[in-house]
Amino acid sequence: MKTQSLARQGRFRGRRAEPQALSEVQALIGPAPWRRDLLIEYLHAIQDHYRCISITHLVALAECLGLAMAEVYEVATFYHHFDVVREARETPPAVTVRVCESVTCAMFGGNELADRLEARLGADSRVQRVPCVGRCHAAPVAVVGQNAIEMATADAVAACVQAGAVQPAPTAHLDYAAYRKAGGYALLAACHAGQHTADTLIETLTDSALRGLGGAGFPAGRKWSILRGQPAPRLVAVNIDEGEPGTFKDRHYLERDPHRFLEGMLIASWAIDAEACYIYLRDEYAACRAMLRTELDRLLADPPCALPRIELRRGAGAYICGEESAMIESIEGKRGMPRLRPPYVAEVGLFGRPTLEHNLETLYWVREIVERGAAWFASHGRRERKGLRSFSVSGRVQKPGVHLAPAGISLRELIDEYCGGMLPGHTLYGYFPGGASGGILPASLADVPLDFDTLQPHGCFIGSAAIIVLSQADRARDAALNAMRFFEHESCGQCTPCRVGTAKASLLMARERWDLALLEELAKVMEDASICGLGQAAPNPLRSAMRYFPEEFD
Amino acid sequence: MTAAVRFTLDGQAIDALPGETILQAAQRVGIDIPHLCYLDGYRADGNCRACVVEIEGERVLAPSCCRQPSADMQVQARSERARASQRLVLELLQSDMPDGGVSPHTPRSELDHWVAELGVGAPRFPRRAQPAPDLSNPAIAVNLDTCIQCTRCVRACREEQVNDVIGFAFRGAEARIVFDVDDAMGDSTCVSCGECVQACPTGALMPARAAANIDSDRVVESACPYCGVGCLLSFHVKDDTIRYVDGRDGPANQSRLCVKGRYGFDYIHHENRLTQPLIRRDDAPKTTQILKPADLPRHFRVASWDEALARAADGLARIRDRDGGQALAGFGSAKGSNEEAYLFQKLIRTGFHTNNVDHCTRLCHASSVAAMLEMIGSGSVSNQVADVSETEVILIIGARPTVNHPVAATFIKNAAQAGATLILMDPYRSDLARHADHFLQFRADTDVPLLNAMMHTIISEGLHDRDFIDARTEGFDALAACVADYAPEKVAPICGIPAGTIREVARLYARARGAMIFWGMGISQHVHGTDNARCLIALALLCGHIGRPGTGLHPLRGQNNVQGASDVGLIPMVYPDYQPVGDAQVRAKFEALWNAKLDPKPGLTVVEIMHAIHAGRIKGMYIMGENPAMSDPNLNHARQALAELEHLVVQDIFFTETAGFADVILPASAFPEKTGTFTNTDRRVQLGRQAVEPPGDARQDLWIIEQMARRLGLDWHYANIVEVFDEMRQATPSIAGMTWERLEREHSVTYPCLTDGDPGEPILFRERFPTANGRARFVPADYTHAAELPDTEYPFILVTGRQLEHWHTGSMTRNASVLDAIEPEPVVSVHPEDMASAGIVEGGYLVLESRRGRLQARVRPDRGVQPGTVFMAFCYVEAAVNLLTNEELDPFGKIPEFKYCAVRLAATPKSARETLA
Repeated sequence: MKTQSLARQGRFRGRRAEPQALSEVQALIGPAPWRRDLLIEYLHAIQDHYRCISITHLVALAECLGLAMAEVYEVATFYHHFDVVREARETPPAVTVRVCESVTCAMFGGNELADRLEARLGADSRVQRVPCVGRCHAAPVAVVGQNAIEMATADAVAACVQAGAVQPAPTAHLDYAAYRKAGGYALLAACHAGQHTADTLIETLTDSALRGLGGAGFPAGRKWSILRGQPAPRLVAVNIDEGEPGTFKDRHYLERDPHRFLEGMLIASWAIDAEACYIYLRDEYAACRAMLRTELDRLLADPPCALPRIELRRGAGAYICGEESAMIESIEGKRGMPRLRPPYVAEVGLFGRPTLEHNLETLYWVREIVERGAAWFASHGRRERKGLRSFSVSGRVQKPGVHLAPAGISLRELIDEYCGGMLPGHTLYGYFPGGASGGILPASLADVPLDFDTLQPHGCFIGSAAIIVLSQADRARDAALNAMRFFEHESCGQCTPCRVGTAKASLLMARERWDLALLEELAKVMEDASICGLGQAAPNPLRSAMRYFPEEFD
Repeated sequence: MTAAVRFTLDGQAIDALPGETILQAAQRVGIDIPHLCYLDGYRADGNCRACVVEIEGERVLAPSCCRQPSADMQVQARSERARASQRLVLELLQSDMPDGGVSPHTPRSELDHWVAELGVGAPRFPRRAQPAPDLSNPAIAVNLDTCIQCTRCVRACREEQVNDVIGFAFRGAEARIVFDVDDAMGDSTCVSCGECVQACPTGALMPARAAANIDSDRVVESACPYCGVGCLLSFHVKDDTIRYVDGRDGPANQSRLCVKGRYGFDYIHHENRLTQPLIRRDDAPKTTQILKPADLPRHFRVASWDEALARAADGLARIRDRDGGQALAGFGSAKGSNEEAYLFQKLIRTGFHTNNVDHCTRLCHASSVAAMLEMIGSGSVSNQVADVSETEVILIIGARPTVNHPVAATFIKNAAQAGATLILMDPYRSDLARHADHFLQFRADTDVPLLNAMMHTIISEGLHDRDFIDARTEGFDALAACVADYAPEKVAPICGIPAGTIREVARLYARARGAMIFWGMGISQHVHGTDNARCLIALALLCGHIGRPGTGLHPLRGQNNVQGASDVGLIPMVYPDYQPVGDAQVRAKFEALWNAKLDPKPGLTVVEIMHAIHAGRIKGMYIMGENPAMSDPNLNHARQALAELEHLVVQDIFFTETAGFADVILPASAFPEKTGTFTNTDRRVQLGRQAVEPPGDARQDLWIIEQMARRLGLDWHYANIVEVFDEMRQATPSIAGMTWERLEREHSVTYPCLTDGDPGEPILFRERFPTANGRARFVPADYTHAAELPDTEYPFILVTGRQLEHWHTGSMTRNASVLDAIEPEPVVSVHPEDMASAGIVEGGYLVLESRRGRLQARVRPDRGVQPGTVFMAFCYVEAAVNLLTNEELDPFGKIPEFKYCAVRLAATPKSARETLA
């Protein structure tokens, strides 16, 4: 039972900021004025410096920002990358080793790796089991500090910990000068010079059939049109919170050719006459963040034309912030809780303004589509589908990785033509067509076209086109439980069907015998009554397992 | 206004009113859709999903609490699909209740209600791990084992009350309610307003000690007995005991309450209540010693009402008949009803034959009223607190509404959050400063130069409203000449506010389309209190900021009925409705109404009466519900006076410090034990209804006053309170149109209400001022100093005031178990720098000493006070700060300077109690 523990002895109720903590915090967050929307950035500054966020610093930060302590605390505790500690002795060890436990890594021994590391590593480090870190093609993955180790072994991880190798390997990317030299930003400059109109650009995008490649598949051209009809000031927000287990395509493009999406973003900004662009990058992509900061600075130092204000924001370990409205909340410095719609983000988005929100990859294609023509992009595709899709393939195949393939390709074709076939000794058992939330299809459905709109009849969707290939070595129910635990872990906690539903489903699915009828009822309420896509899609793998793999429940 | 929207709900055509959601429209036509996170009046959050409905053409279900219907929308709330989700949501929540069953904390759980309503069976899901109870707050029990994460409490705390204590922290299944940084509620900054308790649907937040885990016998719709905000509330009574209190939808509180209103009611059931008439024992002569309840038997004996009333009245009659009425005086109370105040002053005037009748208004806003009467012809507020929702600039000076008018403060904070500009000017940095756009922490005692500098800016920059000044005021030139000397650059070093800031806020105020000024006793309780108020009134007149919606003047009244008690004549210089006693025509009217000869000479005020006792001019007093032995300045002097009285009758509910000096003590009724009308700070006359009987042989005050009157030779026969009310209406033209029946029906009526059916006028001075020529008059004021400035001997400034949990002299709140548990001991707020230089450690004690007295109390480190200043509330008998205060008076309002005197402080190892022991 909680009782009054801070002896009053005449003091005011509640904590007051301490002068020393105030000066420590101010040293990290710089001089006033401070911005409420930068709260998460300030929390990062404290976490980075002290390896944790103490209550005294948190109280001091609240005082600086003129916020209530609860407002700061609830934000800090929402994000898993912040270690809020009550006592100095709770300060985390110098090194945090994050071991991915999501679907693909679990298939490749991620959990056993974590077990071994827990047993082996000393008190100067800690092991955390974390959701997908976006390198599923090289499972299992461990991240030492910010240093991602692909196909990790306990030896390799321990060596890094020992050596203090916590910095990420730098990216090998096309830098600003090289990008411009190769004709980059010419299109943007041409737009600004009046050589294009927004309407023709939108027409091109519409004709190309480019759709939102974050997973929702909303036609890009239509989105831009809608935004142009909204009152100014308008904003652009770029979603690089790639967190869907199995997905790593955005990182793939970002760490190779960052200016291509930036140019797309700036063209979009020009087309809708936006006041500012916000880029939200998941915290796990530390190398990308450093690189992007540098490249943005280069761009701003020598701009090809007038630029809008560009802000780079850092996520803090929350899959839900990939949901467009949750990301907006997070950019505003709040808990990443999805908003109810209507109103839509295009009408009332970031800071209450009409906002054009796009996934990185959608913007990545803009330049090429305009330069090569709508027909070029639309000409790709099989089975009457149009365009190119960047499949993040992982699991039991020879050549996992990002494969750019025609929309409408079947899984069988994708494996055979792009992935070098199944791994030796493995036969196709089933697959996730769209990351953890897209559901699971059996091998018998390996010939259906993979694209937006084609998988719904099968209870699945393509989403971010993250394909996780299962073999006879895997069980659908294990994969489904893994996915459900992921959703439980990542649920924002706002609505009952998702908050309670994912927790109850995980417990029920961990039982040897599944209560199929009750799970189906639960799946239905999650799908029907959750606020956002996370809760609505969370039961997809569960339902797929029951629907397509009944033999696992005999 | 858009038209109604017709849509179909479960096959029934419904016209939704503009802005209505599906849920609201359904409720209005009597269709029940289950809902938990939705609460009328709160922002719909749509998180619980119990209210989901099926909308034709939509992929997923929609929360009916958030969705507005569109034309021809086909909605199903009771389809199989909608019901399945509603039921399962309820089942999921129910599965996480203790044992998956009904709430053990309240019989009114909304979850239990809907589970029963929809016939949800025993939950089939595994249970969650349950959190431990948090019983750290004396007022509120936190049992999150029934929490459903609906965040109604968060919205109550953050969006309604804006106390910003409750957060929704962590995420997913770990998401939970926290206080501040997940501290125990009793350790947090929680002010125990209990709004979260009122909002909680499942009993996770409830009054402590299961006080509300009952079905009450009756619910009595009444009002709050504490401050001038005038919150309406419900007393929940079981076994003739008030068990708990809820806010109800009054115009001044919209269901909100503060800690005093919600948890400060059990003083009425305290064992120290006076239950029998008492007469001083012959062997117990009066001394200046303060008596405690335990001393009572050694000094008083029990008497019958007959004997006590006879002794009480005879003593007063003897003095009257021997020395004349001027040798008598009466103190009424701003805690009593209008009817009690009216009868009390009538008794003094017609039974004692003197106007020596006053009450604590003298100690709070007398100077404000003096300035207002002088300049705009009326002593009441021009606009109601609610006007903050339609104003552009809110200027608050010399007030701590979060402490002294907590519910009014919530509306001010709401307005600030909604975009109004809040300018806070105060020597003390209060909680409200965080919500202010501009906070000016000026030096105490420099109100006049600061305000004059603002007016200087406005005039020199041509921002004053010349049309208004020409059409509605007089004396502008004198004001302009006066403030010409107060350039902000010259004033800045005096008041400690940069000239640029003074100019900026002056411009903000002057340029606003609408602006409200609120002030408290930081303005009034100075020897230059009237000058302070004059400056504020002049500022408003200068900008034409008076007489429009959202634009006016509002001195925040302290007591629940200080406005009403003054209105009905409980002050020495005027009859009801501020009609001067010296005016022969007025006097003739009242002599006719009361059938008595009246004294033409204005009476003495509170502190003057104390002086007159010392001088031997006043020898007998009748004190009803006042506690001058705690509330007066320079208490040694005041207590000496009380001890010198030949005959003192005290009518009260407790053996107060003042009662210890009495010859006869008459046990009276507490607020919930009687019915009467009370006038709040907004000029709203509201009905307090009797909830329980007075204890023992205690009697209602109206009965006691009438008995006293009869024994003093008056032929009074009031059949009931309505007769008193009706006579009072005749005496008080501004409420002449108000009927008792209407008050019973509407609970609250604003005056002026001149004729029957008059809706009441919330905004005064729209066209003219109630002065002889209809114009307001500028009265310039020059900078003068406090009566006693700090020096080398007494280097600190002492400011006195109140604190959230305790009411005035503490006679009620220190006997209220919850309130006294929250703030149990006297504290002095000192800046940590001053603590360090005085060698006072945190948690330690200090001696505080002025030229008039000394006390010992615990130190409270407080960065809100300026270095060199200390603050203390006057509610603690064991460390009565009024022993130290200065009785010097403002020459116009006759208000003492409670807000400024010189003291010194020193560390001491022990508390007062330990020292005494």
